[in-house]
Amino acid sequence: MRNAFADEITKIAQQREDIVLLSGDIGNRLFDKFKNVSPGRFFNCGVAEANMVGVAAGMATSGLRPVCYTIASFLTYRVVEQIRLDLGYHHQRVILVGTGAGLSYASLGSTHHSVEDMGMLRLIPGLAVLAPGDEKELRPALHAALDYPGPVYIRIGKKGELVVHDAEPEFAIGKALRLREGKEVWILALGNTLPLAVEAATQLGSRGVSCGVASMGSLKPLDTKLLGDVFTSAKVVATLEEHSVLGGLGTAVSEWLAVSSGPAKARLLTFGTPDEFLHATTHQPSAREWAGLTIEGITGRILSALG
Amino acid sequence: MTPPVENLDRIAAELRGEVIGLSHRAKTPHLGSSLSCLDLLAVLYWEFLRIDPKKPGSPDRDRFILSKGHAAPALYVALCERGFFPTKFLEEYGKDGAALAEQPAPNCAAGVEWATGSLGHGLPVGIGMALAARIQKRNYRTVVLLSDGECNEGTVWEAAMFAAAQKLGSLTVLVDYNKWQATGRSEEVMALAPLRDKWEAFGWESYEVDGHDFSELRVALARAELPDRTKPLAIVAHTIKGRGVSFMEDDNNWHYRIPSAEELAAARKELGLV
Repeated sequence: MRNAFADEITKIAQQREDIVLLSGDIGNRLFDKFKNVSPGRFFNCGVAEANMVGVAAGMATSGLRPVCYTIASFLTYRVVEQIRLDLGYHHQRVILVGTGAGLSYASLGSTHHSVEDMGMLRLIPGLAVLAPGDEKELRPALHAALDYPGPVYIRIGKKGELVVHDAEPEFAIGKALRLREGKEVWILALGNTLPLAVEAATQLGSRGVSCGVASMGSLKPLDTKLLGDVFTSAKVVATLEEHSVLGGLGTAVSEWLAVSSGPAKARLLTFGTPDEFLHATTHQPSAREWAGLTIEGITGRILSALG
Repeated sequence: MTPPVENLDRIAAELRGEVIGLSHRAKTPHLGSSLSCLDLLAVLYWEFLRIDPKKPGSPDRDRFILSKGHAAPALYVALCERGFFPTKFLEEYGKDGAALAEQPAPNCAAGVEWATGSLGHGLPVGIGMALAARIQKRNYRTVVLLSDGECNEGTVWEAAMFAAAQKLGSLTVLVDYNKWQATGRSEEVMALAPLRDKWEAFGWESYEVDGHDFSELRVALARAELPDRTKPLAIVAHTIKGRGVSFMEDDNNWHYRIPSAEELAAARKELGLV
Protein backbone atom coordinates (compact mmCIF):
# COMPACT_ATOMS: atom_id res chain seq x y z
CA MET A 1 0.00 0.00 0.00
CA ARG A 2 2.85 2.37 0.72
CA ASN A 3 4.01 2.27 -2.91
CA ALA A 4 0.50 3.16 -4.02
CA PHE A 5 0.50 6.04 -1.54
CA ALA A 6 3.84 7.36 -2.83
CA ASP A 7 2.63 7.04 -6.41
CA GLU A 8 -0.71 8.73 -5.80
CA ILE A 9 0.64 11.62 -3.71
CA THR A 10 3.23 12.24 -6.42
CA LYS A 11 0.49 12.38 -9.06
CA ILE A 12 -1.51 14.77 -6.93
CA ALA A 13 1.52 16.98 -6.29
CA GLN A 14 2.01 17.27 -10.04
CA GLN A 15 -1.43 18.88 -10.23
CA ARG A 16 -1.45 20.92 -7.04
CA GLU A 17 1.09 23.34 -5.68
CA ASP A 18 -0.26 23.26 -2.13
CA ILE A 19 0.80 19.70 -1.32
CA VAL A 20 3.74 19.35 1.07
CA LEU A 21 5.07 15.95 2.10
CA LEU A 22 6.72 15.47 5.49
CA SER A 23 8.40 12.21 6.39
CA GLY A 24 9.71 10.98 9.72
CA ASP A 25 13.00 9.72 8.33
CA ILE A 26 11.39 6.79 6.57
CA GLY A 27 10.69 5.72 3.01
CA ASN A 28 14.22 5.49 1.68
CA ARG A 29 13.94 6.13 -2.10
CA LEU A 30 10.14 5.84 -1.81
CA PHE A 31 9.65 9.53 -2.50
CA ASP A 32 12.36 10.12 -5.09
CA LYS A 33 9.76 10.86 -7.76
CA PHE A 34 7.91 13.22 -5.45
CA LYS A 35 11.11 15.13 -4.77
CA ASN A 36 11.66 15.44 -8.51
CA VAL A 37 8.22 16.71 -9.38
CA SER A 38 7.87 18.89 -6.30
CA PRO A 39 11.26 20.20 -5.25
CA GLY A 40 11.15 22.24 -2.07
CA ARG A 41 7.98 20.53 -0.90
CA PHE A 42 9.44 17.41 0.64
CA PHE A 43 10.78 17.57 4.19
CA ASN A 44 12.55 14.81 6.02
CA CYS A 45 11.68 15.85 9.54
CA GLY A 46 13.95 13.32 11.17
CA VAL A 47 13.08 10.99 14.01
CA ALA A 48 11.04 13.70 15.69
CA GLU A 49 7.42 12.92 15.01
CA ALA A 50 5.84 15.36 17.45
CA ASN A 51 7.77 18.22 15.89
CA MET A 52 6.78 17.03 12.42
CA VAL A 53 3.07 17.24 13.19
CA GLY A 54 3.45 20.68 14.79
CA VAL A 55 5.37 21.89 11.74
CA ALA A 56 2.63 20.54 9.48
CA ALA A 57 0.01 22.41 11.49
CA GLY A 58 1.97 25.64 11.13
CA MET A 59 2.24 25.13 7.38
CA ALA A 60 -1.49 24.51 7.11
CA THR A 61 -2.23 27.95 8.59
CA SER A 62 -1.06 29.44 5.31
CA GLY A 63 -3.29 27.23 3.19
CA LEU A 64 -0.72 24.56 2.40
CA ARG A 65 -1.91 20.95 2.58
CA PRO A 66 0.74 18.99 4.47
CA VAL A 67 0.79 15.20 4.48
CA CYS A 68 2.84 13.55 7.26
CA TYR A 69 4.10 10.05 6.65
CA THR A 70 5.80 7.58 8.96
CA ILE A 71 5.27 4.28 10.77
CA ALA A 72 1.81 4.31 12.31
CA SER A 73 2.92 3.49 15.85
CA PHE A 74 5.37 6.40 15.92
CA LEU A 75 3.04 8.83 14.18
CA THR A 76 0.29 8.33 16.69
CA TYR A 77 1.16 7.21 20.23
CA ARG A 78 3.84 9.78 21.08
CA VAL A 79 2.14 12.48 19.07
CA VAL A 80 -1.36 12.27 20.48
CA GLU A 81 -1.21 15.73 22.06
CA GLN A 82 0.00 17.40 18.87
CA ILE A 83 -2.75 15.64 16.95
CA ARG A 84 -5.31 16.66 19.54
CA LEU A 85 -4.29 20.31 19.90
CA ASP A 86 -2.37 21.40 16.80
CA LEU A 87 -4.64 19.53 14.39
CA GLY A 88 -7.93 18.80 16.16
CA TYR A 89 -8.40 21.87 18.36
CA HIS A 90 -7.10 24.19 15.66
CA HIS A 91 -8.95 22.29 12.96
CA GLN A 92 -5.95 22.33 10.64
CA ARG A 93 -6.24 20.42 7.39
CA VAL A 94 -3.30 18.08 7.79
CA ILE A 95 -3.30 14.47 6.61
CA LEU A 96 -1.47 11.87 8.68
CA VAL A 97 -0.55 8.67 6.90
CA GLY A 98 0.50 5.86 9.22
CA THR A 99 2.25 3.07 7.36
CA GLY A 100 2.73 -0.48 8.56
CA ALA A 101 -0.39 -0.16 10.68
CA GLY A 102 -1.88 -2.93 12.76
CA LEU A 103 0.27 -6.06 12.71
CA SER A 104 2.07 -5.25 9.45
CA TYR A 105 5.35 -5.00 11.34
CA ALA A 106 4.56 -7.94 13.63
CA SER A 107 8.12 -9.27 13.44
CA LEU A 108 9.52 -6.01 14.86
CA GLY A 109 7.69 -6.47 18.13
CA SER A 110 5.16 -4.49 20.09
CA THR A 111 7.11 -1.25 19.67
CA HIS A 112 6.03 -1.37 16.03
CA HIS A 113 2.51 -2.75 16.44
CA SER A 114 -0.18 -0.14 16.13
CA VAL A 115 -3.22 -1.80 17.55
CA GLU A 116 -4.42 1.00 19.82
CA ASP A 117 -3.94 3.95 17.44
CA MET A 118 -7.52 4.19 16.23
CA GLY A 119 -8.85 3.89 19.76
CA MET A 120 -6.83 6.94 20.74
CA LEU A 121 -7.46 9.02 17.66
CA ARG A 122 -11.14 8.22 17.36
CA LEU A 123 -11.68 10.32 20.49
CA ILE A 124 -10.32 13.50 18.94
CA PRO A 125 -13.15 15.77 17.81
CA GLY A 126 -13.16 16.62 14.12
CA LEU A 127 -10.48 14.13 13.11
CA ALA A 128 -11.53 11.64 10.43
CA VAL A 129 -10.04 8.15 10.78
CA LEU A 130 -9.68 6.16 7.57
CA ALA A 131 -8.39 2.65 6.90
CA PRO A 132 -8.71 1.73 3.22
CA GLY A 133 -8.96 -1.96 2.43
CA ASP A 134 -6.38 -2.18 -0.33
CA GLU A 135 -4.28 -0.01 -2.58
CA LYS A 136 -7.12 0.57 -5.02
CA GLU A 137 -9.21 1.94 -2.16
CA LEU A 138 -6.32 3.96 -0.78
CA ARG A 139 -5.98 6.16 -3.87
CA PRO A 140 -9.50 7.62 -3.82
CA ALA A 141 -9.33 7.74 -0.01
CA LEU A 142 -6.38 10.10 -0.33
CA HIS A 143 -8.37 12.37 -2.62
CA ALA A 144 -11.32 12.27 -0.24
CA ALA A 145 -9.01 13.19 2.63
CA LEU A 146 -7.77 16.22 0.70
CA ASP A 147 -11.37 17.34 0.20
CA TYR A 148 -12.26 16.83 3.86
CA PRO A 149 -12.65 20.08 5.80
CA GLY A 150 -10.54 18.96 8.76
CA PRO A 151 -7.60 16.77 9.77
CA VAL A 152 -7.52 13.13 8.66
CA TYR A 153 -5.62 10.07 9.83
CA ILE A 154 -5.16 7.36 7.19
CA ARG A 155 -3.97 4.01 8.39
CA ILE A 156 -2.32 1.84 5.73
CA GLY A 157 -0.36 -1.41 5.51
CA LYS A 158 3.17 -1.82 4.19
CA LYS A 159 3.64 -3.58 0.87
CA GLY A 160 2.46 -6.65 -0.95
CA GLU A 161 -1.07 -6.70 0.43
CA LEU A 162 -3.64 -8.56 -1.69
CA VAL A 163 -5.73 -6.36 -3.92
CA VAL A 164 -9.44 -6.95 -3.56
CA HIS A 165 -11.13 -4.25 -5.60
CA ASP A 166 -11.22 -4.79 -9.37
CA ALA A 167 -11.04 -1.06 -9.95
CA GLU A 168 -10.78 2.05 -7.83
CA PRO A 169 -14.01 2.29 -5.87
CA GLU A 170 -16.01 5.44 -5.23
CA PHE A 171 -14.63 6.20 -1.80
CA ALA A 172 -16.48 8.65 0.42
CA ILE A 173 -15.67 9.60 3.99
CA GLY A 174 -18.48 8.35 6.20
CA LYS A 175 -19.49 5.62 3.77
CA ALA A 176 -18.63 1.94 3.77
CA LEU A 177 -18.07 0.04 0.54
CA ARG A 178 -20.34 -2.97 0.01
CA LEU A 179 -18.31 -5.56 -1.85
CA ARG A 180 -20.76 -8.42 -1.82
CA GLU A 181 -24.28 -8.76 -0.49
CA GLY A 182 -25.33 -11.34 2.08
CA LYS A 183 -28.45 -12.46 3.89
CA GLU A 184 -27.38 -14.31 7.05
CA VAL A 185 -23.97 -12.90 7.82
CA TRP A 186 -22.09 -9.65 7.18
CA ILE A 187 -18.37 -9.25 7.67
CA LEU A 188 -17.30 -5.65 8.18
CA ALA A 189 -13.61 -5.44 7.45
CA LEU A 190 -11.26 -2.63 8.34
CA GLY A 191 -8.08 -1.90 6.44
CA ASN A 192 -5.85 -4.77 5.47
CA THR A 193 -8.23 -7.41 6.83
CA LEU A 194 -10.40 -6.96 3.74
CA PRO A 195 -8.84 -9.88 1.78
CA LEU A 196 -9.39 -12.09 4.83
CA ALA A 197 -13.03 -11.06 4.99
CA VAL A 198 -13.57 -11.88 1.33
CA GLU A 199 -11.98 -15.32 1.70
CA ALA A 200 -13.97 -16.07 4.85
CA ALA A 201 -17.18 -15.04 3.08
CA THR A 202 -16.33 -17.30 0.15
CA GLN A 203 -15.79 -20.26 2.46
CA LEU A 204 -19.01 -19.56 4.32
CA GLY A 205 -20.75 -19.38 0.96
CA SER A 206 -19.42 -22.81 0.03
CA ARG A 207 -21.06 -24.10 3.20
CA GLY A 208 -24.36 -22.59 2.17
CA VAL A 209 -24.16 -19.47 4.34
CA SER A 210 -24.97 -16.23 2.56
CA CYS A 211 -22.31 -13.74 3.71
CA GLY A 212 -21.88 -10.10 2.74
CA VAL A 213 -18.67 -8.13 2.95
CA ALA A 214 -18.17 -4.41 3.43
CA SER A 215 -14.95 -2.43 3.66
CA MET A 216 -15.16 -0.01 6.56
CA GLY A 217 -12.58 2.34 5.12
CA SER A 218 -14.09 5.21 7.07
CA LEU A 219 -14.02 4.33 10.76
CA LYS A 220 -14.87 7.88 11.76
CA PRO A 221 -17.28 9.11 10.64
CA LEU A 222 -18.91 5.69 10.66
CA ASP A 223 -21.45 4.56 8.09
CA THR A 224 -24.38 4.11 10.45
CA LYS A 225 -26.79 3.62 7.56
CA LEU A 226 -24.95 0.47 6.57
CA LEU A 227 -24.99 -0.67 10.20
CA GLY A 228 -28.72 -0.12 10.32
CA ASP A 229 -29.16 -2.23 7.19
CA VAL A 230 -26.97 -5.15 8.15
CA PHE A 231 -28.05 -5.41 11.77
CA THR A 232 -31.71 -5.56 10.81
CA SER A 233 -31.26 -7.97 7.91
CA ALA A 234 -28.60 -10.46 9.07
CA LYS A 235 -28.23 -12.90 11.95
CA VAL A 236 -24.55 -12.34 12.60
CA VAL A 237 -22.37 -9.31 11.97
CA ALA A 238 -18.62 -9.68 12.42
CA THR A 239 -16.03 -6.88 12.62
CA LEU A 240 -12.46 -7.58 11.52
CA GLU A 241 -9.48 -5.38 12.26
CA GLU A 242 -5.76 -5.53 12.96
CA HIS A 243 -6.43 -3.47 16.05
CA SER A 244 -7.37 -4.13 19.63
CA VAL A 245 -10.94 -5.22 20.22
CA LEU A 246 -10.96 -2.14 22.47
CA GLY A 247 -11.38 1.20 20.80
CA GLY A 248 -11.47 0.39 17.10
CA LEU A 249 -14.13 -0.80 14.67
CA GLY A 250 -15.59 -3.44 16.99
CA THR A 251 -16.00 -0.87 19.72
CA ALA A 252 -17.38 1.79 17.39
CA VAL A 253 -20.01 -0.66 16.15
CA SER A 254 -20.78 -1.76 19.73
CA GLU A 255 -21.28 1.85 20.76
CA TRP A 256 -23.64 2.44 17.89
CA LEU A 257 -25.50 -0.78 18.61
CA ALA A 258 -25.90 -0.04 22.32
CA VAL A 259 -27.78 3.20 21.72
CA SER A 260 -29.41 2.27 18.42
CA SER A 261 -33.17 2.47 18.53
CA GLY A 262 -33.63 0.31 15.44
CA PRO A 263 -34.94 -3.25 15.48
CA ALA A 264 -31.46 -4.79 15.41
CA LYS A 265 -31.57 -8.55 15.45
CA ALA A 266 -28.06 -9.57 14.47
CA ARG A 267 -25.50 -10.73 16.97
CA LEU A 268 -22.17 -8.87 16.90
CA LEU A 269 -18.84 -10.75 16.87
CA THR A 270 -15.66 -8.71 17.13
CA PHE A 271 -12.35 -9.97 15.77
CA GLY A 272 -9.17 -8.11 16.68
CA THR A 273 -6.16 -8.29 18.93
CA PRO A 274 -6.77 -9.06 22.59
CA ASP A 275 -6.22 -6.50 25.34
CA GLU A 276 -2.65 -7.56 25.98
CA PHE A 277 0.84 -7.05 24.56
CA LEU A 278 2.24 -9.62 22.19
CA HIS A 279 5.60 -10.72 23.63
CA ALA A 280 6.31 -13.74 21.43
CA THR A 281 8.35 -13.54 18.25
CA THR A 282 5.89 -13.55 15.40
CA HIS A 283 5.32 -12.57 11.80
CA GLN A 284 2.12 -11.12 10.46
CA PRO A 285 0.45 -14.52 9.80
CA SER A 286 1.38 -15.93 13.21
CA ALA A 287 0.41 -12.69 14.93
CA ARG A 288 -2.96 -12.94 13.21
CA GLU A 289 -3.28 -16.49 14.50
CA TRP A 290 -2.63 -15.21 18.01
CA ALA A 291 -5.46 -12.75 17.52
CA GLY A 292 -7.84 -15.27 15.96
CA LEU A 293 -7.72 -13.37 12.68
CA THR A 294 -7.62 -16.46 10.47
CA ILE A 295 -10.07 -17.97 8.02
CA GLU A 296 -10.70 -20.89 10.37
CA GLY A 297 -10.98 -18.67 13.42
CA ILE A 298 -13.46 -16.36 11.73
CA THR A 299 -15.62 -18.93 10.00
CA GLY A 300 -15.60 -21.17 13.09
CA ARG A 301 -16.93 -18.47 15.42
CA ILE A 302 -19.47 -17.28 12.87
CA LEU A 303 -20.79 -20.80 12.23
CA SER A 304 -21.14 -21.55 15.92
CA ALA A 305 -22.92 -18.22 16.43
CA LEU A 306 -25.36 -19.18 13.69
CA GLY A 307 -25.99 -22.42 15.63
CA MET B 1 12.62 47.64 13.12
CA THR B 2 10.90 50.96 13.41
CA PRO B 3 12.85 53.74 15.16
CA PRO B 4 12.91 53.34 18.95
CA VAL B 5 9.66 54.38 20.59
CA GLU B 6 10.62 57.11 23.03
CA ASN B 7 8.17 56.33 25.78
CA LEU B 8 8.30 52.53 25.50
CA ASP B 9 9.06 52.21 29.22
CA ARG B 10 5.95 54.20 29.99
CA ILE B 11 3.89 52.03 27.65
CA ALA B 12 5.28 48.92 29.33
CA ALA B 13 4.39 50.29 32.77
CA GLU B 14 0.83 50.89 31.63
CA LEU B 15 0.62 47.39 30.19
CA ARG B 16 1.85 46.01 33.51
CA GLY B 17 -0.87 47.91 35.32
CA GLU B 18 -3.44 46.44 32.94
CA VAL B 19 -2.14 42.91 33.44
CA ILE B 20 -2.25 43.18 37.21
CA GLY B 21 -5.74 44.65 36.98
CA LEU B 22 -6.89 41.74 34.82
CA SER B 23 -5.52 39.22 37.28
CA HIS B 24 -7.21 40.99 40.19
CA ARG B 25 -10.59 41.34 38.49
CA ALA B 26 -10.78 37.93 36.82
CA LYS B 27 -8.99 36.13 39.67
CA THR B 28 -6.58 34.47 37.26
CA PRO B 29 -3.03 33.31 38.03
CA HIS B 30 0.33 33.42 36.25
CA LEU B 31 0.90 37.08 36.99
CA GLY B 32 4.64 36.69 37.55
CA SER B 33 5.03 34.97 34.19
CA SER B 34 3.08 37.71 32.41
CA LEU B 35 5.19 40.48 33.96
CA SER B 36 8.51 38.84 33.16
CA CYS B 37 7.87 38.76 29.39
CA LEU B 38 6.10 42.08 29.13
CA ASP B 39 9.09 44.15 28.01
CA LEU B 40 9.75 41.58 25.29
CA LEU B 41 6.20 41.98 24.05
CA ALA B 42 6.49 45.77 24.18
CA VAL B 43 9.55 45.90 21.96
CA LEU B 44 8.10 43.29 19.60
CA TYR B 45 4.70 44.91 19.21
CA TRP B 46 5.85 48.53 19.17
CA GLU B 47 9.05 48.25 17.17
CA PHE B 48 9.77 44.88 15.59
CA LEU B 49 6.72 43.09 14.23
CA ARG B 50 5.48 44.20 10.82
CA ILE B 51 1.80 44.01 11.57
CA ASP B 52 -1.25 46.09 10.87
CA PRO B 53 -4.09 45.90 13.41
CA LYS B 54 -6.47 46.81 10.59
CA LYS B 55 -5.31 43.79 8.55
CA PRO B 56 -4.72 41.08 11.15
CA GLY B 57 -5.14 38.34 8.54
CA SER B 58 -2.78 39.77 5.95
CA PRO B 59 -0.78 36.88 4.45
CA ASP B 60 2.40 38.95 4.64
CA ARG B 61 2.13 39.88 8.31
CA ASP B 62 4.88 38.81 10.65
CA ARG B 63 3.81 35.86 12.80
CA PHE B 64 4.17 35.93 16.56
CA ILE B 65 3.41 32.96 18.80
CA LEU B 66 3.30 33.35 22.56
CA SER B 67 4.24 29.75 23.21
CA LYS B 68 4.07 30.26 26.99
CA GLY B 69 0.31 30.53 26.78
CA HIS B 70 -0.08 31.04 30.51
CA ALA B 71 1.19 34.61 30.00
CA ALA B 72 -1.78 35.32 27.73
CA PRO B 73 -2.88 38.42 29.69
CA ALA B 74 0.38 40.12 28.66
CA LEU B 75 -0.38 39.33 25.03
CA TYR B 76 -3.98 40.50 25.35
CA VAL B 77 -3.08 43.90 26.81
CA ALA B 78 -0.41 44.44 24.13
CA LEU B 79 -2.79 43.53 21.31
CA CYS B 80 -5.54 45.69 22.76
CA GLU B 81 -3.25 48.68 23.21
CA ARG B 82 -2.04 48.25 19.62
CA GLY B 83 -5.63 48.36 18.44
CA PHE B 84 -6.28 44.76 17.46
CA PHE B 85 -9.50 44.67 19.46
CA PRO B 86 -11.56 46.99 21.64
CA THR B 87 -11.05 47.42 25.37
CA LYS B 88 -14.43 45.85 26.05
CA PHE B 89 -12.85 42.54 25.03
CA LEU B 90 -10.37 43.00 27.84
CA GLU B 91 -13.04 43.95 30.32
CA GLU B 92 -14.78 40.65 29.62
CA TYR B 93 -11.54 38.67 30.05
CA GLY B 94 -12.04 35.38 31.87
CA LYS B 95 -15.81 35.64 32.13
CA ASP B 96 -18.09 32.87 30.88
CA GLY B 97 -18.62 33.30 27.16
CA ALA B 98 -15.89 35.94 26.74
CA ALA B 99 -13.59 35.93 23.72
CA LEU B 100 -10.47 36.06 25.88
CA ALA B 101 -9.86 33.11 28.19
CA GLU B 102 -7.05 32.51 30.68
CA GLN B 103 -5.20 30.91 27.81
CA PRO B 104 -6.08 31.74 24.24
CA ALA B 105 -8.43 29.60 22.14
CA PRO B 106 -7.99 29.28 18.36
CA ASN B 107 -9.12 32.43 16.56
CA CYS B 108 -10.28 33.95 19.84
CA ALA B 109 -9.28 37.47 18.82
CA ALA B 110 -7.53 39.32 16.04
CA GLY B 111 -3.77 39.09 16.40
CA VAL B 112 -3.70 35.83 18.33
CA GLU B 113 -1.90 33.48 15.95
CA TRP B 114 -2.08 30.23 17.90
CA ALA B 115 -3.85 28.74 20.89
CA THR B 116 -1.18 27.83 23.37
CA GLY B 117 -1.33 26.59 26.92
CA SER B 118 0.33 23.22 26.61
CA LEU B 119 4.05 23.99 26.50
CA GLY B 120 6.30 22.83 23.70
CA HIS B 121 3.87 23.41 20.82
CA GLY B 122 4.69 26.94 19.70
CA LEU B 123 8.11 26.38 18.19
CA PRO B 124 7.21 23.48 15.86
CA VAL B 125 4.16 25.42 14.70
CA GLY B 126 6.25 28.56 14.21
CA ILE B 127 8.70 26.56 12.11
CA GLY B 128 5.79 25.42 9.96
CA MET B 129 4.74 29.03 9.48
CA ALA B 130 8.28 30.05 8.59
CA LEU B 131 8.62 27.19 6.11
CA ALA B 132 5.28 28.14 4.57
CA ALA B 133 6.73 31.60 3.91
CA ARG B 134 9.65 30.01 2.11
CA ILE B 135 7.42 27.70 0.07
CA GLN B 136 4.95 30.44 -0.83
CA LYS B 137 7.69 33.01 -1.43
CA ARG B 138 6.55 35.46 1.21
CA ASN B 139 8.81 37.68 3.25
CA TYR B 140 7.20 37.58 6.65
CA ARG B 141 9.22 36.71 9.74
CA THR B 142 8.20 34.40 12.54
CA VAL B 143 8.88 35.03 16.22
CA VAL B 144 8.19 32.52 19.00
CA LEU B 145 8.39 33.43 22.67
CA LEU B 146 9.23 30.52 24.97
CA SER B 147 9.45 30.30 28.73
CA ASP B 148 12.51 28.81 30.37
CA GLY B 149 10.38 26.10 31.99
CA GLU B 150 9.07 25.33 28.52
CA CYS B 151 12.61 24.43 27.50
CA ASN B 152 12.08 21.28 29.59
CA GLU B 153 9.92 19.97 26.76
CA GLY B 154 11.63 17.68 24.27
CA THR B 155 9.73 19.14 21.32
CA VAL B 156 11.54 22.44 21.83
CA TRP B 157 14.82 20.72 21.06
CA GLU B 158 13.42 18.56 18.26
CA ALA B 159 12.24 21.79 16.72
CA ALA B 160 15.51 23.60 17.39
CA MET B 161 17.50 20.97 15.48
CA PHE B 162 15.03 20.93 12.63
CA ALA B 163 15.01 24.73 12.24
CA ALA B 164 18.79 24.73 12.06
CA ALA B 165 18.78 21.94 9.48
CA GLN B 166 16.32 23.96 7.41
CA LYS B 167 18.53 27.07 7.73
CA LEU B 168 15.50 29.04 8.84
CA GLY B 169 16.93 32.51 8.99
CA SER B 170 13.47 34.07 9.15
CA LEU B 171 12.76 32.50 12.52
CA THR B 172 13.50 34.12 15.88
CA VAL B 173 13.08 32.62 19.34
CA LEU B 174 12.96 34.72 22.47
CA VAL B 175 13.36 32.85 25.74
CA ASP B 176 11.85 34.57 28.77
CA TYR B 177 14.55 33.33 31.13
CA ASN B 178 13.07 34.31 34.49
CA LYS B 179 14.79 31.41 36.28
CA TRP B 180 11.58 30.01 37.71
CA GLN B 181 9.15 27.38 36.64
CA ALA B 182 5.88 26.48 38.31
CA THR B 183 7.31 24.87 41.41
CA GLY B 184 11.02 25.52 41.47
CA ARG B 185 14.13 27.19 40.08
CA SER B 186 14.44 26.26 36.42
CA GLU B 187 18.14 25.57 36.89
CA GLU B 188 17.52 23.09 39.70
CA VAL B 189 14.62 21.26 38.08
CA MET B 190 16.28 20.59 34.73
CA ALA B 191 19.83 21.99 34.70
CA LEU B 192 18.93 24.53 32.04
CA ALA B 193 22.16 26.50 32.09
CA PRO B 194 24.09 27.34 30.05
CA LEU B 195 21.00 28.12 28.00
CA ARG B 196 22.50 30.33 25.31
CA ASP B 197 25.21 27.76 24.71
CA LYS B 198 22.55 25.13 24.20
CA TRP B 199 20.91 27.15 21.41
CA GLU B 200 24.31 27.83 19.91
CA ALA B 201 25.16 24.13 20.00
CA PHE B 202 21.85 23.38 18.30
CA GLY B 203 22.95 25.49 15.35
CA TRP B 204 21.33 28.82 16.17
CA GLU B 205 22.82 32.28 16.15
CA SER B 206 22.32 33.14 19.78
CA TYR B 207 22.57 36.10 22.12
CA GLU B 208 22.09 36.74 25.77
CA VAL B 209 20.50 40.03 26.78
CA ASP B 210 18.89 41.80 29.69
CA GLY B 211 15.23 41.19 28.88
CA HIS B 212 14.22 44.43 30.57
CA ASP B 213 16.71 46.61 28.68
CA PHE B 214 15.12 47.82 25.46
CA SER B 215 18.41 48.92 23.94
CA GLU B 216 19.92 45.44 24.38
CA LEU B 217 16.80 43.85 22.97
CA ARG B 218 16.92 46.18 19.96
CA VAL B 219 20.51 45.27 19.17
CA ALA B 220 19.76 41.56 19.32
CA LEU B 221 16.53 41.81 17.33
CA ALA B 222 18.30 43.88 14.68
CA ARG B 223 20.20 40.70 13.82
CA ALA B 224 16.92 39.25 12.55
CA GLU B 225 16.76 42.00 9.94
CA LEU B 226 19.99 41.10 8.20
CA PRO B 227 19.47 39.80 4.67
CA ASP B 228 20.26 36.24 3.57
CA ARG B 229 20.29 34.80 7.02
CA THR B 230 21.02 31.08 7.13
CA LYS B 231 20.60 30.45 10.83
CA PRO B 232 17.61 30.93 13.07
CA LEU B 233 18.09 33.50 15.83
CA ALA B 234 17.79 32.74 19.55
CA ILE B 235 17.69 35.56 22.07
CA VAL B 236 17.97 34.36 25.63
CA ALA B 237 16.48 37.23 27.60
CA HIS B 238 17.36 37.36 31.28
CA THR B 239 14.23 38.50 33.03
CA ILE B 240 12.77 38.76 36.49
CA LYS B 241 9.55 37.01 37.30
CA GLY B 242 7.04 39.60 38.51
CA ARG B 243 9.17 42.43 37.09
CA GLY B 244 8.03 45.96 37.88
CA VAL B 245 6.42 45.42 41.28
CA SER B 246 8.85 45.11 44.16
CA PHE B 247 6.80 42.70 46.22
CA MET B 248 6.25 40.40 43.26
CA GLU B 249 9.74 40.36 41.81
CA ASP B 250 11.48 36.98 41.92
CA ASP B 251 8.82 35.62 44.28
CA ASN B 252 7.43 32.47 42.72
CA ASN B 253 4.29 32.63 44.82
CA TRP B 254 3.08 35.00 42.14
CA HIS B 255 2.95 32.14 39.69
CA TYR B 256 -0.41 31.39 41.29
CA ARG B 257 -1.32 34.23 43.68
CA ILE B 258 -4.07 36.71 42.85
CA PRO B 259 -3.46 40.33 43.89
CA SER B 260 -5.90 41.90 46.36
CA ALA B 261 -7.36 45.39 45.85
CA GLU B 262 -4.68 46.80 48.16
CA GLU B 263 -1.90 45.00 46.30
CA LEU B 264 -3.27 46.24 42.98
CA ALA B 265 -3.26 49.80 44.26
CA ALA B 266 0.26 49.44 45.65
CA ALA B 267 1.48 47.96 42.37
CA ARG B 268 -0.08 50.77 40.33
CA LYS B 269 1.57 53.29 42.58
CA GLU B 270 4.99 51.67 42.15
CA LEU B 271 4.49 51.65 38.40
CA GLY B 272 3.82 55.37 38.48
CA LEU B 273 0.27 54.96 37.27
CA VAL B 274 -1.37 56.97 40.04
